[in-house]
Amino acid sequence: MKVLRLLAFGWYFQFKAISRSPFEGLFQIIWPLFFATVAFLMFRVGTDPKTLLYASLGAAVMGMWSATSTTASGAMQRERWHGTLEALVASPPHFSLILLPITLAMSTIGIYCLVATLLFGRFVFGIDLTVEHKVAFGVSIVGTVLSFGALGFLFAVSFVRFRAAWALGNLFEYPVWLIGGFLVPLVLLPDWVRPISWVLAPTWGMNAIRESALGGTPWPDLALCLALGVAYVSLGVLALDRVLGAARKRATLSLT
Amino acid sequence: MSVIEAVDLHRTYRTSTGTIRRKWMDVEAVRGVSFAIEKGELFGLLGPNGAGKTTTIKMLITLLIPTSGTARVLGHDVVKDAREVRKRIGYVFGGERGVYERLSGYDNLRYFAELYGVPPGEQKQRIASLLELVGLTGREQERTEGYSRGMKQRLHVARGLLHDPPVVFLDEPTIGLDPVGARELRATIASLVEGGKTVLLTTHYMFEADALCDRIAVINRGEIVAHGTPAQLKQNVAEGAIVEVEIFGIPEGTVERVRELPGVNAVSVEEREQAQVLIVQTPADVELTHAILGRLNGANVGRVSRREPSLEDAYVALVSSEE
Repeated sequence: MKVLRLLAFGWYFQFKAISRSPFEGLFQIIWPLFFATVAFLMFRVGTDPKTLLYASLGAAVMGMWSATSTTASGAMQRERWHGTLEALVASPPHFSLILLPITLAMSTIGIYCLVATLLFGRFVFGIDLTVEHKVAFGVSIVGTVLSFGALGFLFAVSFVRFRAAWALGNLFEYPVWLIGGFLVPLVLLPDWVRPISWVLAPTWGMNAIRESALGGTPWPDLALCLALGVAYVSLGVLALDRVLGAARKRATLSLT
Repeated sequence: MSVIEAVDLHRTYRTSTGTIRRKWMDVEAVRGVSFAIEKGELFGLLGPNGAGKTTTIKMLITLLIPTSGTARVLGHDVVKDAREVRKRIGYVFGGERGVYERLSGYDNLRYFAELYGVPPGEQKQRIASLLELVGLTGREQERTEGYSRGMKQRLHVARGLLHDPPVVFLDEPTIGLDPVGARELRATIASLVEGGKTVLLTTHYMFEADALCDRIAVINRGEIVAHGTPAQLKQNVAEGAIVEVEIFGIPEGTVERVRELPGVNAVSVEEREQAQVLIVQTPADVELTHAILGRLNGANVGRVSRREPSLEDAYVALVSSEE
C-alpha cells in the first residue's frame, strides 16, 4: 500500500511539475501535428477511409513516442540541472520507486499528443474517428502509456550513471517509428528487423490501439505490450543498484 | 556508541586532462579523516574551500562511497546499510539548487514528506510547524522560482527536518545569506541541538563555528589538522599576538616577504572595502611591527594595531602551517 501511494503521489507530483510550463505544453501539442500532416498527405491517396484512420492512429502514437523518448531520457538530466538528483538518491525509498513515477509522468504527457493529433486529423483532414471497441481502445492507450513509461525508465536508469545518455532518447526516436510499424506495416520491412520489433513494447502498443479502433482483437497485443513493460521495469530495477553504486563510487551524481 | 563515527576515511577522485591524449590522475580529496560525534553534540568541520568538508559529509550521508575507511551513523554502516542511514538522517546543503522551481514551497515539502515516509495524517501539521520554524509561513503557496536565495536555503532546512531525524548534517547552510538571515538560521541550528538532535555542521566561517559548535575539527587538504573545543583551539595561539596592518593597495609579494621575517608564525590578507588588512601572527614576547612595516615597500599604510588572537587566527595558523 505504501509503495502504491509513493508511486501514485510521485506520478502526481512529477506530472504537476512538468505540466506547469504552458510553452512546453503547447510545444507538445504543436510538434506532433507536423508529423501527422506528412502522414495524412501520404495516406490520403488511398481510397479506403480506414487507411486514413490507420495513419491517424500511427501519427498519434508517433507523437506519443516522441514525447516519451525524448523527455523521459532527459528526465534525469532535468534532475541533475535542478540539483535534485542527489536529494532523491539520498532519500530512503529504493530509487526505482522514485524514478518510475518520473518517467510515467513523462509518458502521460504523450496523451496530449495523441488527443491533439486525432483532433487535428478529424477537423483539418476530415478523418472519421469511429472507434470499434471504445473500452478496449481506452485500455490500449493506458497500457501503451505505461509501457512507454517503462521503456523511459530503462533509459533513465542508464542516465543515472552516464550523463550523456539523454541522447539515447533522441537516438531511438525515429528508428522506433519505423521498427514499431507506426506508419509502415511491419511486413514491408526486411525479415531481420522483425525480432527487434518484437522486443519493443511500442510495436505491440501500436497494434493494440489499431486493433481496438479498427475492429480487431487487441488483447494479445496489449498483453505482450504490458509484459514487455514489466520486463523493462524488472531489468531497470536489477540494473539500478549497480548503476547507483557506480555513480556513488565515481562521484557523478552531483555533476551536470 | 558514538552517533557518528568516521574511521580513517579516504576519498580519491579520478580526473583527466586533455582531449585526444587524455592524462588520468588521482586527486585525494579526503586523506584519513577520523572523528566521533556523541549524542546531542554540535560538531563543526571547519576548513577552507576545497579542504574536503563536503566530500566528507557526502560520504556520511551515503551519496559517495569512501575509497577506504569506514563510517557509521547510529551504528549503521554508510556503505552496507545506506538505506537505514538515510531513514535516520536529515541533511541540508547550502546554495539555491535542489528545489523544484516550478512548484510551490509547500509542494516541494509534500513530495519529500512522502519520500521520507511521514504519515499522511501528520504531513500538514508537520509542514506547517516547519514553515513556521524557518519563517516561510504565508509564502508556501508561491512557486520557489520566485524565492530569494535565503528563502530557498530555509526551505532546504525545512526539508531536512521533515521526518524529525535524530541526526542532521548541515553543509555550509548560511553561505550567501544576508547577515539577518544567517543569524536567524544560526538560531534555528542552535535550537536543533537544544531539542536533542546531533548535528554535524561544515562551515568556513570561524565566528559561526565559535558561536555554535561544542567541538570543532579543522580540516585542510583532506586531513584533520586539529580538533577540540573552540577554547582549546584558541589556546593553540593564545600565547601569541596578532599585528594587523591596513594597507591601501598591497604590493605584490608582500605576504612572502613578511613571512620570511624571523618569529612570524602565519600571515594572511583580508579584503576590507578599499583596503586590505595584513594579519600577522607573532609570538607574544616579540615586537615585529616595525620589521613588518619595513617589508611593505613603501605601500600606503592606514591603521596599525596589535591584539589578542581569536579562533579565526587559530584557524589561519593551522591552515597556514600546512601550506
